[in-house]
Amino acid sequence: MAGAGGGNDIQWCFSQVKGAVDDDVAEADIISTVEFNHSGELLATGDKGGRVVIFQQEQENKTQSHSRGEYNVYSTFQSHEPEFDYLKSLEIEEKINKIRWLPQKNAAQFLLSTNDKTIKLWKISERDKRPEGYNLKEEDGRYRDPTTVTTLRVPVFRPMDLMVEASPRRIFANAHTYHINSISINSDYETYLSADDLRINLWHLEITDRSFNIVDIKPANMEELTEVITAAEFHPNSCNTFVYSSSKGTIRLCDMRASALCDRHSKLFEEPEDPSNRSFFSEIISSISDVKFSHSGRYMMTRDYLSVKIWDLNMENRPVETYQVHEYLRSKLCSLYENDCIFDKFECCWNGSDSIVMTGSYNNFFRMFDRNTKRDITLEASRENNKPRTVLKPRKVCASGKRKKDEISVDSLDFNKKILHTAWHPKENIIAVATTNNLYIFQDKMN
Amino acid sequence: MGEEEGLHQAQLLRLIMPVETQEERGETASLLGEKQPLRCSLLCEAVAPDFHQVWNLMGTRSWEPLPLSDATLRSHDSWTCSPLVPEYRLWDPVHMFLTPVVPHWPFYNLDTMFVRGLKRKCFDGEEDIEGTLAGIKAIPSYNLQRQSLLDMSLVKLQLCHMLVEPNLCRSVLIANTVRQIQEEMTQDGTWQMINTQSTGQASVDRLVSTDILCRSSREQAEGKHVPGYSTFSKDFEGDQAQDSSETMSTASSVQAPRNLPSNVWEMENPQENKGNFQKSLDQIFETLENKTPNSVEDLFSEVDNSYYDLDTMLTGMMSNTKMGHCDGLESFSSPTTTTSSSNCKSDLNELDHIVEILVES
Repeated sequence: MAGAGGGNDIQWCFSQVKGAVDDDVAEADIISTVEFNHSGELLATGDKGGRVVIFQQEQENKTQSHSRGEYNVYSTFQSHEPEFDYLKSLEIEEKINKIRWLPQKNAAQFLLSTNDKTIKLWKISERDKRPEGYNLKEEDGRYRDPTTVTTLRVPVFRPMDLMVEASPRRIFANAHTYHINSISINSDYETYLSADDLRINLWHLEITDRSFNIVDIKPANMEELTEVITAAEFHPNSCNTFVYSSSKGTIRLCDMRASALCDRHSKLFEEPEDPSNRSFFSEIISSISDVKFSHSGRYMMTRDYLSVKIWDLNMENRPVETYQVHEYLRSKLCSLYENDCIFDKFECCWNGSDSIVMTGSYNNFFRMFDRNTKRDITLEASRENNKPRTVLKPRKVCASGKRKKDEISVDSLDFNKKILHTAWHPKENIIAVATTNNLYIFQDKMN
Repeated sequence: MGEEEGLHQAQLLRLIMPVETQEERGETASLLGEKQPLRCSLLCEAVAPDFHQVWNLMGTRSWEPLPLSDATLRSHDSWTCSPLVPEYRLWDPVHMFLTPVVPHWPFYNLDTMFVRGLKRKCFDGEEDIEGTLAGIKAIPSYNLQRQSLLDMSLVKLQLCHMLVEPNLCRSVLIANTVRQIQEEMTQDGTWQMINTQSTGQASVDRLVSTDILCRSSREQAEGKHVPGYSTFSKDFEGDQAQDSSETMSTASSVQAPRNLPSNVWEMENPQENKGNFQKSLDQIFETLENKTPNSVEDLFSEVDNSYYDLDTMLTGMMSNTKMGHCDGLESFSSPTTTTSSSNCKSDLNELDHIVEILVES
């Protein structure tokens, strides 16, 4: 990880911001997912309008050694369209819930994108040459009169302006009754899982007309429903292992070798409730909104409303580390329940070396926790700091009492400005932070 | 004011009147027949996820004392009423009709994050009297807090997204919260009516939410007086009847505070026991399963008639913007039944218009 020497924390600088400037947010532009690919060269975002925008990092310019390549738009395409379920008389939103990249095997890139009901495999390929010199066709495509052909030639490829094409290669539909919240590609790169509120299905990337149901927590009697699945992920190394989290704050690890239907977990991760903090909102804030394995596969991280927890897969009864994201909200839970903010689903992410974890908060703040130094930092994604190589100033929220200079009081936080989606470059200290409709890219300060 | 956004969400207008009874103030509960002085102020709130606002609903107000023999109107903001008559009417001189409003337990926030300023115009519209809930009671009792949380949760369960299926996770979490409150209240014995001597009946295990959520068709047939909350679960079922649920949520909310939790006002008729509550909660989840067009009919078959009256009145406002006093009373007192179904199915334009009328003054 960069920043070695001198025991220094990373200094984050603004790099770029993408998206509309004005405060009036078009609903379709609301960013709903952010994901780097395996090399970090590509950064994909999905929005509420069903579009996917892919940014590509410029090749590093040797003369500009003080900054890494910028991310520029590489491809934009409409992944999902709004649909209508005629049986239920309900709309199916086109909002992209998740994007997951496949590792690159050839010149083309592949990603999975999903809305509430349908998963699609997209192939993104480049075209920078085109054939010229056909015998039977003119350059503009019109057919030549065969009688005018007097000589034959071999068509050759000539360079052209780069064109990036996205085409849907597979459509995995009609397998989910409830809303899909997660997709995760297996380490075998042949299968993947998709999870909705009550079921998890296993797919093969080549087969679209069948999927296997591997978890089903739907009660026979819907009246008894008290728990739903909130997130699921495959283990990064063991292709038979996956976890799923629930709205009751539990994580279940399942082994697909044990049985076809993994209703019985192999491990159950749950932290006993702290009785001193018990309130009517305890269950709601314990609901896990995101679960992510570390790159090593030894740990997993969960995000609930107020905290981030790191779990050792070998210890089920409590997390090994807990970080408070915005504990000052604990006394405001009733208001947050009233305005529905308590149901916001924040995501979390690891850095490439699993030493730092990051998650979002309100007021366009995002937080990072260094697992080694136990230090944390709060930063803000705002256009006010938009000079490149300006180091971001740490922010502080004042919980109560006297507010120091530069601190923000809890009551002046803007709960409409929430950072739900963040992503960390797999190898470098480059992070992508999504506010409502803007994508911010920050880098560490290189000297 | 943000009405534009608000109108396109499942918007709930709610009249909430914080009430402090003698009981609340620590005095002994009054006997039957004794009038209880009350101090009320009107708090109108738009429940939308993004903002909190206090609106003046329908412009200027005055309080109309109930036709009781020795009722006294002591000041603008207090009057007396009999604990047996849980109804108030709000006289709107602009639109010239009486709105039935039932006092509701105070909608306190457990925290003081959003300070509720109470705005209420006097009859002559001269001054705005602002005060905070602190004027009523500095720290609401735990029971009140819990009750208002329960009410808030039930309202949330009712609010459905217009055209898209509701978020199942959110619904499950809210329903679990409601169950939790219910269980605790059952253990407390809070469900029981405190003033058993008022009705002379044995105290009945009567969940407020029972009245709120559940209304079997049998009760309907018997024509019992049932609070408007009964529409809630049905609204939740009616995801497909989005327009109607929108209309219902707006209208029923105005009527909704027929929440009669305890000592001051009695339910006129005992209701079924708390088993109904669970049943109606379950119905909510069942309907997530079985969304068929037929449920629209079910939706309307079981709705409280008295709700329609208000709805008729509100939709009637559209067609006759100047309803006479008598018209208002008439339409309220004579419940319409079958025609109101079509009113409920009025489209969103009508709803927008209604709300517009409600808020523009």
